[in-house]
Amino acid sequence: MTRGSRKSWQYFGLGLAWFYLLLWPLLGIRDGELHFAATFAVWLRVAVGATICFVLYRLGKAGRLDGVLHPLAAARDAVGDAMSRAPRWMLLTPVIVFALAYPMLTNRYAQDVAINVLVYICLGLGLNVVVGLCGLLDLGYIAFYGVGAYTYALLSVHYSVPFWVCLPICAVFAAVAGCFIGYPTLRMRGDYLAIVTLGFGEIVRIVINNWMALTGGPNGILGIKSPGIYIPHFVDGSFSFEYLLLRKLEYLYYVILALAAFTIVAVHRINFSRIGRAFEAIREDETAAELMGVDTFRFKLLAYALGAVFGGLAGAFFAARMRFVSPESFTFIESAMVLAMVVLGGMGSIPGVILGALALVALPEAFREFELYRMLAFGGAMAVMMLVRPAGLWPAARMGKRSDDTE
Amino acid sequence: MAAILELEGVCAHYGRIQALRDVSLRVEEGEVVTIIGANGAGKSTTLMTICGIVRATAGEVRYAGESIRDKRPDQLPALGLCQVPEGRRIFPRLTVQENLDMGAFLRRDADEIEADLGMVFRLFPVLHERRKQHGGTLSGGEQQMLAIARALMGRPRMLLLDEPSLGLSPMISQHIFRIIRNVNEERGMTVLLVEQNANMALKLADRAYVMETGAVVMEDDAAALRENADIKKAYLGQ
Ligand SMILES: Nc1ncnc2c1ncn2[C@@H]1O[C@H](COP(=O)(O)OP(=O)(O)O)[C@@H](O)[C@H]1O
Ligand SMILES: [Mg+2]
Repeated sequence: MTRGSRKSWQYFGLGLAWFYLLLWPLLGIRDGELHFAATFAVWLRVAVGATICFVLYRLGKAGRLDGVLHPLAAARDAVGDAMSRAPRWMLLTPVIVFALAYPMLTNRYAQDVAINVLVYICLGLGLNVVVGLCGLLDLGYIAFYGVGAYTYALLSVHYSVPFWVCLPICAVFAAVAGCFIGYPTLRMRGDYLAIVTLGFGEIVRIVINNWMALTGGPNGILGIKSPGIYIPHFVDGSFSFEYLLLRKLEYLYYVILALAAFTIVAVHRINFSRIGRAFEAIREDETAAELMGVDTFRFKLLAYALGAVFGGLAGAFFAARMRFVSPESFTFIESAMVLAMVVLGGMGSIPGVILGALALVALPEAFREFELYRMLAFGGAMAVMMLVRPAGLWPAARMGKRSDDTE
Repeated sequence: MAAILELEGVCAHYGRIQALRDVSLRVEEGEVVTIIGANGAGKSTTLMTICGIVRATAGEVRYAGESIRDKRPDQLPALGLCQVPEGRRIFPRLTVQENLDMGAFLRRDADEIEADLGMVFRLFPVLHERRKQHGGTLSGGEQQMLAIARALMGRPRMLLLDEPSLGLSPMISQHIFRIIRNVNEERGMTVLLVEQNANMALKLADRAYVMETGAVVMEDDAAALRENADIKKAYLGQ
C-alpha cells in the first residue's frame, strides 16, 4: 500500500465516521432518545456500497482494472465518435419516435411521471436562459410558473377562456411580471441579485396566498378546464366540429410534449442568435459587454422576460392538467429544484437540462421505496457530481457554438 | 485640426475619495496621445470617465464636438469611441471568433464585417489559428491582441487603450505597439494610450500627458518629454 492510497483510505474512513455521526440524530431519535440500531442498519448498507465503489475507484486508479476499462473506454469513444459524425436527424429521429409512441407503450403512472418530466424540462430550459446563458442567478423563478398557472386558472374559471387562447396571454403576463420584478432587481449583481430574486419569488407566493378575493388564498382555485380541441365530424354528409376536452392523460401528455418541443426549439434559436451571444457576453464580463455597445440592462431584462415566458407556459399547462392550483405548488423548494436541474445537467446546455430534469424527476420515482432518504441522497449526489462532473451531466460542448459551424 | 476628444476640468470621485482633479486634455483627430503616470495616478479612471463607467462629478467631456458626459457606456461604440479596458477583459468562455463577433455587435453590414475580420486576422495571424479556441485559453499576449482586435471590429474612429503592455514580455509589447502605430497610420484611427511603461509609450506617441495623484501635471510633445530631465529621472529610470 503506497502512502497516497493509505491517506485516501484514512480520509474515506473519516468520511464514513462523519456520515454516521450525521445520520445518527437524523434517524436514531425515537421517543426522545438516541437509538443505535436503526441508524446502524442504514449506515452499514451505505458504507458497504460506498466501500465497494471506493475499492473499484482505487483499483481503477492503480491500473488494475485496465483490462476491463480500456475496451470500455474504447467502445465509448467509438460510440461518441459515431454519434458526433452521424447527422443530427439520425440521432433525433429515435428520440422523437419514442416520445410520440410513449403513451402507447406505458401505463398511467409512467405517463404521469413523463408529464412531470416535460413540465420541468420547460421550466429548466426557461431558467437556463436566465442562469446558463445570461449568468443571472435567479432564485425566484417559480414565481413565473405561478403567474402562468393563476392567469389561466382565473381566465378559465371566471371567463371560460379556452386553454389555447390563454397560452399566449399567460406568456405575456409572465413576461410582464418578469419585467416588473427585473426592473428594480437587475441593477444588482451576483449575490445581491440572488437574494433579491429569492425575496420577490416569495412575495409573489405570499400575495397569492393572501389575496383571498382574487385567488382564493390557501384554498386555491378549483374547476379549471382542461385544454380542448375541435374535431371535424361527418354525419350523413353534414359536416360539423365536435368539441373535445383533453382530459385523458395521454392527450395531456401530447399537449405538454408539444409545449416542451416548442420550448426546446425556441431556446435553441435564442442560444445561437445574436441576442444569445449578447447574453453570453454579459455572463462572461458585464463591463466589457457594455463597452462593445450591449445595453446590458435592457438585455438582462430581456433574458429575464424570455425565461419568464417559458415558466408562464409551463404554469398554464400545470393549471390545466391539475384543474386546481394553490400557492403550495410555488414554494422556494420548487425554484431550488429547477435550479438544481440546470446546474446538475450542465448550465447553458439544452440536452444537459433535459437530462437534469429526467434525473431529478424520474429517478426519485424509480426509487420510491427510499422516499425517506430522498433529500439525503439528493445532497450526496449533488456533492459527488460537483466533484466528478463540475460542468454538469452533459456540459455545453462549447458554450455558444454557432449552429453554422460544422467543422 | 479639430479636437476629436476634449476633457475640461473633469473631476471624478469614488465615494468620498477624489480620483480626478480638474483634468483637462485634448486629442486631435489622427493623433496618438499617451497618458503616463505611476500606479494609482488616475489614468484608468480618466478613461472610464470618458466612457461613462465612472461619472464625472464636475467638468465636461466632449467627443466630436458633442458632450458625452451623460451618455451610457454602451452608447459610445455607436459614436465610434471604443475602449480596450485594463486587464484585457476578453470573454473567456466564448471562442476567439465569437469575441470578435461581439466587437462588431452594433454593426449590421455583414460584408464589411467580413472584410474587417480579414483585416484583423492579417494584423494578428495568431488569432486566425486560434479562432475556434476559447478566449480564456489564450496566452496573455494573445489575449491582449484579441482585446485590441475585438475593439477594431467595431471600426472605431477613436481607440482608448488602457495599459496594453501590462504583464507582457518586452518583445510582445513591442509587437503590439507596432500594430497600434500601424493602425493609426493606415486607417487614420485616433489613439489615446494609457501606459505605465513610459519609455515605449513616449516612443510611440505624438504627444503626452503626465498624471500624478489624479491631476495632469505636465503636457508636451512626446519627443520633448523624453529629453526632459524630470521625466527621465521619474519615469524613464535614467
Ligand atoms: N473602484 C474603485 N473604488 C475606489 N477607489 C478606486 C477604484 N478604482 C480606483 N480607485 C482609486 O482611484 C485612484 C486612481 O486609480 P486608477 O485610475 O486605477 O489609477 P491608474 O490607472 O493610474 O493606476 C487610486 O488611488 C485608486 O486606489
Ligand atoms: Mg490603471
